Amino acid sequence: MRIVHSGTGAPHAGIPVYFRWYTVHPIWRTAFCAKNPGLLDSFMVGISALAVYLPRLRLARKAIVDAHRWADPGLAGKAQGERTMCNWDEDAVTMGVEAARVCLGDSRDVDCLLFASTSAPFADRQHAGIVAGALNLPEDIATLDAGASQRAGTSALIQGIAAVKGGLHASALLVTGDKRRTKAASPGELDFGDGAVAVRLSNNLLNTACEQNIALEFLACHTVTVDFIDHFRGAGEEFDYGWEERWIRDEGLARIVPDAVGKALAKAGVKPADVAHFILPSTIRGAVASIGKAAGVPPGAVADTLAAQVGETGVAHPLVMLAARLSQDGIAAGQIIVLCGFGQGCDAIVLRIGDVEAARRIGACFQAALATRMAETNYSKYLAFNNLVVLEKGMRADKDDFKTALTVTWRKRDMLTGLVGGRCTICGTLQFPRTDICVNPQCRAVHSQEPHSFREEKANIVTWSADFLTYTAEPPAHYGMISFKNGGRFMTDFTDVTVGQIDVGTAVRMVFRIKSVDRIRGFVRYFWKAAPERSLT
Amino acid sequence: MAAGIKDKVAILGMGCSRFGERWDCGAEELMVEAFTEAIGDAGIDVSQIDAAWFSTHFEEINVGKGGLPLSIALRLPNIAVTRVENFCASGSEAFRGAVYAVASGATDIALALGVEKLKDTGYGGLPAGGGGTLSPQWAANGSAPGNFAQLASAYRAKHGVSRDDLKRAIAHVSVKSHANGAKNPKAHLQKPITEEQALNAPMIAEPLGLFDCCGVSDGAACAIVTTPEIARSLGKSRIVSIKALQLALSNGSESGHNSWDGSYFHTTRIAAAKAYKEAGIRKARDEVSMFECHDCFSITELVTMEDLQLSPEGGAIRDVMDGFYDADGQIPCQIDGGLKCFGHPIGASGIRMLYEMYLQLTGRAGDRQLNDPRIGMTHNLGGSPMSNVAAVCIVGAYD
Repeated sequence: MRIVHSGTGAPHAGIPVYFRWYTVHPIWRTAFCAKNPGLLDSFMVGISALAVYLPRLRLARKAIVDAHRWADPGLAGKAQGERTMCNWDEDAVTMGVEAARVCLGDSRDVDCLLFASTSAPFADRQHAGIVAGALNLPEDIATLDAGASQRAGTSALIQGIAAVKGGLHASALLVTGDKRRTKAASPGELDFGDGAVAVRLSNNLLNTACEQNIALEFLACHTVTVDFIDHFRGAGEEFDYGWEERWIRDEGLARIVPDAVGKALAKAGVKPADVAHFILPSTIRGAVASIGKAAGVPPGAVADTLAAQVGETGVAHPLVMLAARLSQDGIAAGQIIVLCGFGQGCDAIVLRIGDVEAARRIGACFQAALATRMAETNYSKYLAFNNLVVLEKGMRADKDDFKTALTVTWRKRDMLTGLVGGRCTICGTLQFPRTDICVNPQCRAVHSQEPHSFREEKANIVTWSADFLTYTAEPPAHYGMISFKNGGRFMTDFTDVTVGQIDVGTAVRMVFRIKSVDRIRGFVRYFWKAAPERSLT
Repeated sequence: MAAGIKDKVAILGMGCSRFGERWDCGAEELMVEAFTEAIGDAGIDVSQIDAAWFSTHFEEINVGKGGLPLSIALRLPNIAVTRVENFCASGSEAFRGAVYAVASGATDIALALGVEKLKDTGYGGLPAGGGGTLSPQWAANGSAPGNFAQLASAYRAKHGVSRDDLKRAIAHVSVKSHANGAKNPKAHLQKPITEEQALNAPMIAEPLGLFDCCGVSDGAACAIVTTPEIARSLGKSRIVSIKALQLALSNGSESGHNSWDGSYFHTTRIAAAKAYKEAGIRKARDEVSMFECHDCFSITELVTMEDLQLSPEGGAIRDVMDGFYDADGQIPCQIDGGLKCFGHPIGASGIRMLYEMYLQLTGRAGDRQLNDPRIGMTHNLGGSPMSNVAAVCIVGAYD
């Protein structure tokens, strides 16, 4: 999904987003609107863009069940549908970056980035900062990581809305994703999926006189906070520990969610019967419909939890479900949405569909993500990718356990995280990496290069191999030389490749992935890889 | 314009250890084995050596850094020892140092010795290379076979060659080398193979199977060089002299500029052209008697035949299939078995290639002896197709 970004033609074209106080600060806003009659009356805050990323692998639940039925025959009834499954080099950060790329399009007008996940790789290193670097966002940006609860995504959404509505920030980007690691044969292994969502929160004045409209207008929200422990994961622990589902449904969901929803709707001045879309994730069969009924919303408003095709994608899931709902027929301007996040209480957010075309683009983005699908029936691969089995990786795997020179990581941060190379201002040659002397043998100009991002450049394969010798979590390792259509090349790892899929000339796009992991020090290295262009068929 | 190296330096003596999985030896013993043969061949005393160049690549698993390991292993008489490292072309680099020292007049007799003890890693294949602090954070997760296998993809695309035709040609490259290696008691692999074996071997890196890859071995090789005059004064009659010695290094254009198509070695072409000029060779296909190519992988050898101007561009497959490079062909290639059968103890390989050219030119190659070769060439390559060090050395009878 592409959005047209603010800028050309706008009254504030060329002014950095964080200086556009006149659009967000109440006093300046009034003054601004005095010059632009009618704008103040239409001031609204909400979601201007939303993009879903689902990893292409879809693990058949039958494969999971077949592996565990010997021990638990009762699993037979759960061998339905499929769940999304990360490639070995994907995590909440990489999925979030991919979602954010689609969400932002060409725009970089964001002055706040919120990242929410319960499965991000670092306990003390901000993931929002990694995402901001991968997106080449300006350094003048406020960032925050949220986590520690399954409603971290909706809670961060509320904080982003508050920041934009209150005038602290002009435009916020929420990136939320989860790749929850579960014990083999646990309910979560069957119920969960991996995925990410990026949401752009804006006010309509920022985008006045340009084409970006508010797709989903924020009306009101209410949060109930109670320390209801349906599951927990102690600090440093690998896996969740959960309590009985019936108790979670009856004492948790049924008591907490309708209360929060009722209060949010009251704040918005909307009757429950007028809710068109009720969004609440739960892996408990039938729970969502009963909670919707208890909250008084029409049965037809209750959104599908996507258990059949996706699985529950953790903190991203309310927004994944929202996007899926917007892909249905019958979406219309003015329809009321209630978006809920449950975990140690409940967030209930009331939204109203504004620009219906923008809302439909959100739905189309979900359908595109869903359609980028590769069936996976090998449960062993799932175990291997998620480090759930002690595998013989061979001595060659030791090579990844080197100490990362953090000084270099910092010095080359735009190259390593942002895929920024150079463009020679003398001969125009694009090159990666950026160096002091131009790579063009006919140029060789010194100190002539300006930064150039290769992130969105199209490329084709020049040389390749499929290597069974080198260590990779998914042999054979595909890699080779790619050449960018506008110039520039380098040899890179390929990912999301099916054996036999690539050849010289194959079109590829760059994706942000885990490069390697230093298992001794627990350091995840990210870089960019080439993936065959995602097919929507 | 520099006059070049032609005929200024002669080989006084050479030695080569037995190559293979030398579980019995460390690098020190391998050095002594090669050196003992070389100094016996040269007919001099160790005290007559003025300076030495020493090549090794993997300092982590081999002998570490510096020139001391050679000086100590050979108990050299407190002379200058310079350790050189230039990827898989390190051996040629050591030879170049010794030859240049003699040519300059700074020394009368110089030693070049290369050694690599690879089989202390605990696994097959070459160890993963280092690469500083930045490269491991972004460079592709490649192995040597995977890097060189990419040549095949680009060569096929450029010349419109089917995978089957290319597979058969590179299989013949390996079959030919194994046939030669079977006649060499110093080779690691001394068994002939069939085309069927090569075609059906386990895949290492598409399209390279096991027999498309050279062995991984321990070994050392040694050369003692001097001036032709001193060689003659020491009683040498069949003198082999250096005709050309050229090195060309990538500067990042293949890996960073879209002018290279991935199907050939840019550096080899440059080094070969310079070497032929230095040696006064006008048409290599007609004048070169034999050569040792850096056949780390069969595909490397195939494309290098064109880069060395021995086969026309796009014509290597036909030449290979016609037996042009077989032992009884017009230009025998890897007559000793090549890297394919010797394996590739990195620091030693460049000098090991010269050892065979030297034996052939002095008529001492035993069962492998060719009929009156006049010009021998070695091609020693380090790195990967997109970024490498290419060394070309031409030796011949000193008239």
